[in-house]
Formats: sequence, structure tokens, C-alpha cells
Amino acid sequence: MDELLALAFGALLAGGTYLMLARTLLRVAVGLLLLSNAVNIAIFAAGRVLGRIPPLVEPGAQALAAGTANPLPQALILTAIVISFGLTAFSLVLVHAAHRAYGTVDPDALREAEPPGLPAADPAAAAAAEPPTRRPPPTPAAREAA
Amino acid sequence: MTGSLILRTSARLLLVTCVLLSVFILVRGHNEPGGGFIGGLIGALGVIVYALAHGRARTLRMLRADPKSMLGVGLLLALASGALPPLLGISPLLTHQWGDLVLGPVALPLGTTLLFDIGVYLTVAGFALAVVLPFAEE
Amino acid sequence: MPAAAEADLLLVLPLALPLLACALGAVLWRFPMAQRGLTLAAAFALLVAAIALLAHVAARGGPVASQMGGWPAPFGITLVADLLSAALVAAAALVYAAVAVYGCADGPTEREEQLYHPLLSGLMLGVCGAFLAGDVFNLYVWFEVMLIASFGLLAVGGGRAQLDAGVKYLALNMVATTVLLFAVALLYGMTGTLNMADLARRVPEVENRGAVAAVALLFLGAFGMKAAAFPLFYWLPASYHTATPQVGAVFAALLTKVGVYGVFRLFTLVFAGTAEWMPWVLGAVAVATMITGTLGAVAHWDVRRILAFNVIGSVGVMLVGAAVATPLAIAGAVFYVLQDVLVKANLFLVAGAIRRAGGSYALARLGGLWRREPLLGLLFLLPALSLAGLPPLAGFWGKVLLVRSGLEAEAYVIAVAVLVAGLVALYSMLRIWTEAFWKEAPEEAPLAPHRMGAAERWLMLGPAAVLALLTLSLGLWAEPLLAFALAAGEQLTAGREAYLNAVLGGAAAP
Repeated sequence: MDELLALAFGALLAGGTYLMLARTLLRVAVGLLLLSNAVNIAIFAAGRVLGRIPPLVEPGAQALAAGTANPLPQALILTAIVISFGLTAFSLVLVHAAHRAYGTVDPDALREAEPPGLPAADPAAAAAAEPPTRRPPPTPAAREAA
Repeated sequence: MTGSLILRTSARLLLVTCVLLSVFILVRGHNEPGGGFIGGLIGALGVIVYALAHGRARTLRMLRADPKSMLGVGLLLALASGALPPLLGISPLLTHQWGDLVLGPVALPLGTTLLFDIGVYLTVAGFALAVVLPFAEE
Repeated sequence: MPAAAEADLLLVLPLALPLLACALGAVLWRFPMAQRGLTLAAAFALLVAAIALLAHVAARGGPVASQMGGWPAPFGITLVADLLSAALVAAAALVYAAVAVYGCADGPTEREEQLYHPLLSGLMLGVCGAFLAGDVFNLYVWFEVMLIASFGLLAVGGGRAQLDAGVKYLALNMVATTVLLFAVALLYGMTGTLNMADLARRVPEVENRGAVAAVALLFLGAFGMKAAAFPLFYWLPASYHTATPQVGAVFAALLTKVGVYGVFRLFTLVFAGTAEWMPWVLGAVAVATMITGTLGAVAHWDVRRILAFNVIGSVGVMLVGAAVATPLAIAGAVFYVLQDVLVKANLFLVAGAIRRAGGSYALARLGGLWRREPLLGLLFLLPALSLAGLPPLAGFWGKVLLVRSGLEAEAYVIAVAVLVAGLVALYSMLRIWTEAFWKEAPEEAPLAPHRMGAAERWLMLGPAAVLALLTLSLGLWAEPLLAFALAAGEQLTAGREAYLNAVLGGAAAP
């Protein structure tokens, strides 16, 4: 069983890493999802695969029976799944929004927040090289109009 | 109005099925596999299919409550389930209380865990909808 | 009230208050003004609760722990506060309050209907939770709470630049998250426990020292990414400058500190003395972070970019404490972290006010602000000089302790690097000063100079003024905070047993 888990971990890790190297944000997001699942398997293996009996103490018994599953990794994995659900949902929305705003999901095309040409020895040159599509400042006139 | 006639008709059926199934799974979580998290996701799934077919505005009208409010109410319920026992002086923080609600001949086993699960249900459904609905086509 | 119940209450309040504010804020999403009131109330209540916690911990003279749900220590969830974490919670609450007040300077904005306030409260929940967590898995969970909220704050309601920044921030931080969780899994696999106090007893007993060192490096990598330490800091200058001033202030003041806190907590408690080369790694990371961060700041001509790179430089200075790891070094780092929270929040808030008064963030388009807004200039100068470590400001004392500890430990390279980084940071800060405040306003100003109204001025500059005054007074009357930092440093090094006893109870001998 441990060998199988190790193989699954390796496969997911390799797949996730490969996808994250792609120049498409969607693939990066899926790659991150695979990576987090690889880690979930690692947690499962770290808790030792002991058995399949639910970890409940039988009436009258003082301790768990032999071959009882370790409940802690399951709780940890459940938490990790919930967190990766939230993060993945958010990253997919971000990719979608980026696609709508830029018309592409190539990370190399996203340069809006990047610094202008460096090194800039001259402040005026640096200011001129700033991307022009900044959010317009909330001018007093605009605020009064609103 | 988006989506074909088939999608629109089946979306309504799916919505009802998903919401009923999600409530069943929520309650089943008391003693069997199930619970608020997957219940909330299944419920949100039904609503998202509905939004695919009918657009965002109509979905929001159908929901009556905004997903953001659902999220907030869910968090409040979950917080209350942990905070009520110590506030009432029964037991320490984050412990749960169980008991039977006796209604004539039936005794319904209830616990503050159910309150927590309902809170999780609303939070998860609210989060999923708040994330997805803004991207539904009109 | 019995002592245990009081400790429980004090430890839970810093989590319960932001959670309550988050939930209520989401319910009230349609009413920006009600949400503002809620955020203000939550921020000041959190401040009071945090100061009460700090006083309690200081009065007890040792760490305070609380077992959630009554489950005893290595099995349940434990909240722990020692001097460092209690002080960080208090500093975080102060930043929260400052930002809440600053946010009232504008009329209701669209962002505020898009869960800005609940996300801010959620961020504070994650920050306070991470400071108070007693086990590594909960540390991870609070990190993620913080991360999700910060994604939301950065990208929700933003434009194209914010989306671009969000993508970069998200990608690297999600990798860091995955690495952190993997490190937690390996640690659990080796020791069978996640409670940090229990780990402190069991990790030295693990026979495979190489594996322990590898896990320690994984933790260092994950926390380092989140703290924006060399070499994985690229996400920070790519994203921080696109946030609004309030969000930028909270990010710069708190997010990287949580990563630094993680390094300090684990490397003093769990991985102390793991491998003899570990201090060298930490020292190299610290020096490289300091130098690259401050040099990056010098290359830029945009107020927020300069500040963002200086955030990285300061992270390097703090990591010196973990590298040298004598009580004196850790005390210096504690002092520096605490004043840096105030300074960074202050600088980003002032940057927002510069933008308001001068119409731009680009230094070429700014000028003449000293003549028009002398108070603003003063409020910029105080934290800027504290950042560079000039006396008599608070940053000076932190650097004095760090440099002295470096010299005592014969880590001369580190001591020199702290001084050089301070000089470079001073140069970058003085560039903002000369360009934005001192030189004449340029001909083609982007906006007609905007005179701030009285209410606007006080709501924007008031929080910055309080923070700047604190920085100044911590510099002039450094004695109490110095004593505090030395006590905190003592707790993190020689006082480890007290931490273990507070969490596990005196009976649980190894």
C-alpha cells in the first residue's frame, strides 16, 4: 500500500510540476490543484496505513481495536481539501478575470504590474515608462460628482 | 435569457433535486458520511446550473438572499455553535451539546453540531455562489 | 474569574472578534457605512483585548496556553501566547485600527460592497490565529485564512494591474502553501505529533537527523516565500504596489511578519540546533534578503515600489535574529519586528496621502510637498529614518542590538551587512524625500494640487501621526520596550521549558 501511495504521490507531483511550467494560466491552476492532492497523499501516508476499521471505541472496550484506521490524517486531509477548494476556486476566478481583461492567459503577456525598464537612472524616464493604464485617481471633482 | 429550452427546463428540475439532495446529505451528516460542506457544494451546484440557464439576475431574484449574506449568516451560525455553550455556562468553548427533542411519541436526536453544520452549509454555498455568480452570463 | 478561564477568554477574543466582524460584515455587505462602524468597533475592541492579553502574559511571566474544547494538549487544539506572540497581536490590532480610521477619509466606495470589510477582518483573523497557534497544522490553516483574505483584498474590485498582481501573488503563495503543508506532513510522519511543544520534545529524539534537517529546510523555504526572503521574494514587488493604501499598509505591516514569526517560532522551539550548518543558511538568506531588497529599492522611482522593496530589506534584518539566535539577537529582532510593523503601516498610509496631495506615485511628477503639506513631510520622515535605523528613532535600537549580537557571535559579515543595508535604505528613503517633498513641483503636474479638507486630512494623517509618534517615543524612551524585547528573547531561547510546561502541563515529562 505504501508503495502505491508513493507512486501516486510521485505521479501527481510530476504532473503538477509539468503543468505549472506551461505558459497557460489555466494549466498552472490545474497543476497547483494536482500538487495539493499530492501533498494530501503524503499526509495520508505520513499517518501510516493501519487498517480500515473506523476509529471508534466499542462499548465496553478501553482502547481501539487492532487494525483501526488513524483518524488524524483524515481530519488533516479534509481540512487541506477544503482550503485547496477555496484557493482553487479563487485562482480559477482570477484566471477567468485575467482572460476577460487581457484577452489572453499567457503569463508572459501580463506585464501591467511589472516595473518599467530597469535600471532607470532618471526619474522622468521611469515615470514615462510606467504603463499608462493605471486606475484613474479619485480626483476631488470626480468624488464630488459621485 | 441564455441557454436552450432543454437546459432551462432541466435546470429547474436539477435545482430542486440538488437542493433536496443537499439537505438530505446535510442531515445525514449527523451519524453517517455527509455534512455541511458537501451539502453546501451540492446545493450550490444546483444553483450554478440554474444560473447557466437563466442568467445571473434571475438567479439572484430566485435566491432572494444574496450569497454574501448567506456566507455571513453561515459564519455567524458556526460561531454561535461554538460560543453558545460557554456563554450559557454549560461547557467549555468549542464543545458540543447533544439531546433529544421530544415531540409527542417521537424523540428527535439533536445537537449543536447540527447548528454548526448548517452554518458550514450556508458558508460554503455562499462562498461558492459569491465566487461563481458574478461570472454567469446575463 | 479563575485564572484558567481568564486565559481562555483572553486567548480566544483575538480570534472571536475578527471572526464576528467578518460574519456581520458579510451580512451587512450592502451598507458600507455600517460596515465601517463595525470595522472600527472590531478594531478597537481587538486592540483592547490584545493589550489585555499582553498585560496578562507579562504579569504571568511566562507563556499562557488554552486548550480548546477541553482536550488536553498534544491531542487537542492549543492556543498559546508568549511575550512575542502577544506583542505581535497587539501591534497587528494597532495597524487594524489605524487602517480602519484611515478608510473613513473617503466616501463610500464600490469595493466596500464587494466584501472589503469582511476580507479585512478575515485577514486579521488569520494573522492573529497564526500568532497564537500552538500546533503547526493550525499555523498552516491560519496562514491559508490569511492568504485567501489577502487574495480577495488585492484583486476584488481592482483593475488590470490588480489582476496581474493577483496572478503573480497567487501562484507563488500557493506553491509556498503546498510546500508548507508537505513539510507538516513529513514532520507528522516522523514524530506522530503536530503540537509544537510536543514536537520540541520529540524532534531531538528522531534518529534520522538528515531527514529532520531536510524538513527544517522545507519549512524555511515555505516561510521564507511567505516572508518574501531571498531568493523567492519576486511576488512582493510585483503585487504590493497595486493595492490600495489601506490594503498595502496591512500587507506590508503584517503579512511578511507572519512568515518571519513562523521562522522564529519553529527555529527556536522545534528545530533549535538541528544541524550546525543551519545558522549559516539562515545567515546567508538574511544577508542576501537585506542587500537585494534595499538595492531593489534604490533602482525605482515610484513611491510604492521603493517601499515594497524596503519591506523585503527589513525582512532580511529580522532574519538576522534567527540566524545568530543568541538571546540578544532574538531580542533585537523582536524589537525590530515590533517597530517595523508600525513603520511599514505608517509609510504605506503616508504614501496614500502623498498620492492624494500630490496626485501621483511617480517621483518625477511629485514635488513641493514640504511647502504645501509640512505635516505630511514630518510623518514621512519619522518612519523613513526609523526604517533606515537612525537615532533617536525606534529602528535604531533594534539594529544596535542586532549588530552587537552579530559582533559578539563573531558574525562580522552579518553585522556589516545590517549597517550597509541601513545606509542603502536611507538613500532610497531620502530619494523619496528630495524628489517628492523638497524639489520644486514639476511643470506638468498630473493634477491640480489638491488641498485636503480638514476632516479628510485628520482621518488620513491622524492614524499616521499616532504611529509616527509611537515610533518616535519608542526611540526616545526605548528602555521599557528594550526590557520587553530582552525578556521575549529570553523566553524564546532559555525559556523553552516554560513554553513546554505551559502547553503540556508540568506533569507531561518526556
